[in-house]
Amino acid sequence: MMEDLLYAQPGWTHVAIFFALGAALLMTVLGFVTYAILAERKVLGFMQMRTGPNRVGGRFGLLQTVADVFKLLIKEDTIPKLADRPLFILAPVIAFAPAFMVLATIPFSENMQFADLGVGLLYYVAISGISTIGILMGGWASNNKYSLLGGMRAAAQMISYEIPLVISVIGVILFAGSLNLNDIVRGQENIAYIFLTPIGFFVFLISSIAELNRTPFDLPEAESELVAGYHVEYSGFRWAFFMLTEYVYLFAMASLTTVLFLGGWMPLPFLGFIPGMLWFGIKFSLVVFFMIWIRGTLPRLRADQLMGFAWKVLLPLALLNIFVSAAVKELFL
Amino acid sequence: MIRTEEMLLNVGPQHPSTHGVFRIVLKIDGETIIEATPVIGYLHRGTEKLAENLQYTQIIPYTDRMDYLAAMTNNYVICHAVETMMSLEIPERAEYLRVIVMELGRIASHLVWFGTYLLDIGAMSPFLYAFREREAIINMLNEICGARLTFNYMRVGGVKWDAPDGWIEKVRDFVPYMREELAGYHDLVTGNEIFLNRVKGIGYYSKEEALDYSLSGANLRCTGTSWDLRKDEPYSIYDRFDFDVPVFHTGDAWARYQCRMQEIEESLKILEQAVEQFPEEGPVMAKVPRIIKPPKGEAFVRIESPRGEIGCYIASEGKKEPYRLKFRRPSFYNLQILPKLLVGENISNLITILGGIDIVLGEVDG
Repeated sequence: MMEDLLYAQPGWTHVAIFFALGAALLMTVLGFVTYAILAERKVLGFMQMRTGPNRVGGRFGLLQTVADVFKLLIKEDTIPKLADRPLFILAPVIAFAPAFMVLATIPFSENMQFADLGVGLLYYVAISGISTIGILMGGWASNNKYSLLGGMRAAAQMISYEIPLVISVIGVILFAGSLNLNDIVRGQENIAYIFLTPIGFFVFLISSIAELNRTPFDLPEAESELVAGYHVEYSGFRWAFFMLTEYVYLFAMASLTTVLFLGGWMPLPFLGFIPGMLWFGIKFSLVVFFMIWIRGTLPRLRADQLMGFAWKVLLPLALLNIFVSAAVKELFL
Repeated sequence: MIRTEEMLLNVGPQHPSTHGVFRIVLKIDGETIIEATPVIGYLHRGTEKLAENLQYTQIIPYTDRMDYLAAMTNNYVICHAVETMMSLEIPERAEYLRVIVMELGRIASHLVWFGTYLLDIGAMSPFLYAFREREAIINMLNEICGARLTFNYMRVGGVKWDAPDGWIEKVRDFVPYMREELAGYHDLVTGNEIFLNRVKGIGYYSKEEALDYSLSGANLRCTGTSWDLRKDEPYSIYDRFDFDVPVFHTGDAWARYQCRMQEIEESLKILEQAVEQFPEEGPVMAKVPRIIKPPKGEAFVRIESPRGEIGCYIASEGKKEPYRLKFRRPSFYNLQILPKLLVGENISNLITILGGIDIVLGEVDG
């Protein structure tokens, strides 16, 4: 359906349809964020022998996040007097918009994809890089020393980890012979790429956690050091946008991991009767759970160790992975 | 050439990792600390001055508020000082109860340290695990004296209340439970590569420096000095127990961590023996006059609190109030080395070093 729409003569109907589809995706994502936050709190609570949210919305706190978000939205909008006003207002938008834009290329199932780009993977990487600017901007514009430090850390970290992240997927590109995410999923019909490039998967997973600013790489907002990092001065809905960015990226990154390494919507052998969408959901949930699990277990790295780890460990590993993948492809496939 | 500029960063008194109302003004270049100036006194209540107008029994609740994580040892130091002046004989049962509650307090205090230290370093779960065990201890202490933190349990000449029925058994059961949980902590944290990277070699000082700065407790024992007043100058009935003093030699945050974790084990050993030897019968209070008037003169006693050497000096003129009272508060002394340790470190290490010293602001500010 998307194909026809894309190549047909543009008109107001098309605009309306695209708008409706975009809104539907946004709602899906917001729904995910709402319940991802709840899931995170519940899983962490379970790991730490607490109950987690259990008041708003019944025994499982189903409406807790909704109530939290509502509170944030009606909160007074404060902008510090000495902040750089335009940049301060712009920063959450710049951080959030790319987070939502990258979702366009993710194939959720065989037919559920918004843009079947030939360079889908490249598009994802390029667009997600913009968010760094938003975060750095927020850190700078707040005119607060803690947020400045947080912003600088974020910039250094996200740029450093972007490199191993991109290089680690070259193995996948070699196997699939395409940057198109749909082709990559189809290439995994017989075997998921996680088995062909385990090193690549390892590097990708670590770099993606670092890209997401999650524990153990949550230095930009290290609570115990920088209070709240780049969003110290943000409150209310602007703060909510930064949080939203983080969770939408979690959604996007987990989707990308699923697509690149876990075979996307491809079913396990003999279980093809289960719809692809569901397979995607299961694999995707596993990745998200893993990230929450990590958060419950590991302490935080130090800034210099973090950099050293990216450049001295992950980058050589990612480069090695290219060689190994090429050899595997040449010898076994 | 990049032109850098020094920046003044104010950390605290409302910073999540300063453990209370500690403030430190940093001069930083990028994230590197060039100069650190601690500012203390936000929690100063003038305990020592207040005590000059209070009767001895009335001073005891004030000591609860100094080191509020291990109030039992503070209770003990003032009682011990007055008892020394009056040369009182303390009943056996009271001595055992005191040792048991003090060692429970030591474990609770180290658990809080363990949890918050890991929280500072960025791990969230150990904090909740540590607090679960601490809760068990606090419930036991609550049962014996009716308070969770500010116990006001000891009196000159003994303790206020005898242990309720079954309490000693609870302590006995607690020891193996705590050992098991401690093994779990080691599994989760001690071998973790990230944690080791964060603490190894951080905040190093030598034995001489530690002695020059008059450090005590785990902060001293991490440099290879074996000095524990429970062993070296036994007070109360500590000479009856068989336990070791953990000593480590590297002098860094890692040594301090190991030291404290082993102290928990040693405290468990003491608890085990104390519960075993606990006398069946007997009073918990010596024969003490209603109004306590120590003879004219002065006394200084020191004991081992979880944070180091806590001392109490009393100058008495034979009245019911002390003429002058002074506490040697270990956190205050231990904190003094901080500015020296911070120079050249970055902000992440600031948290590791400050947390490793284990201060309680109530005690620093008195």
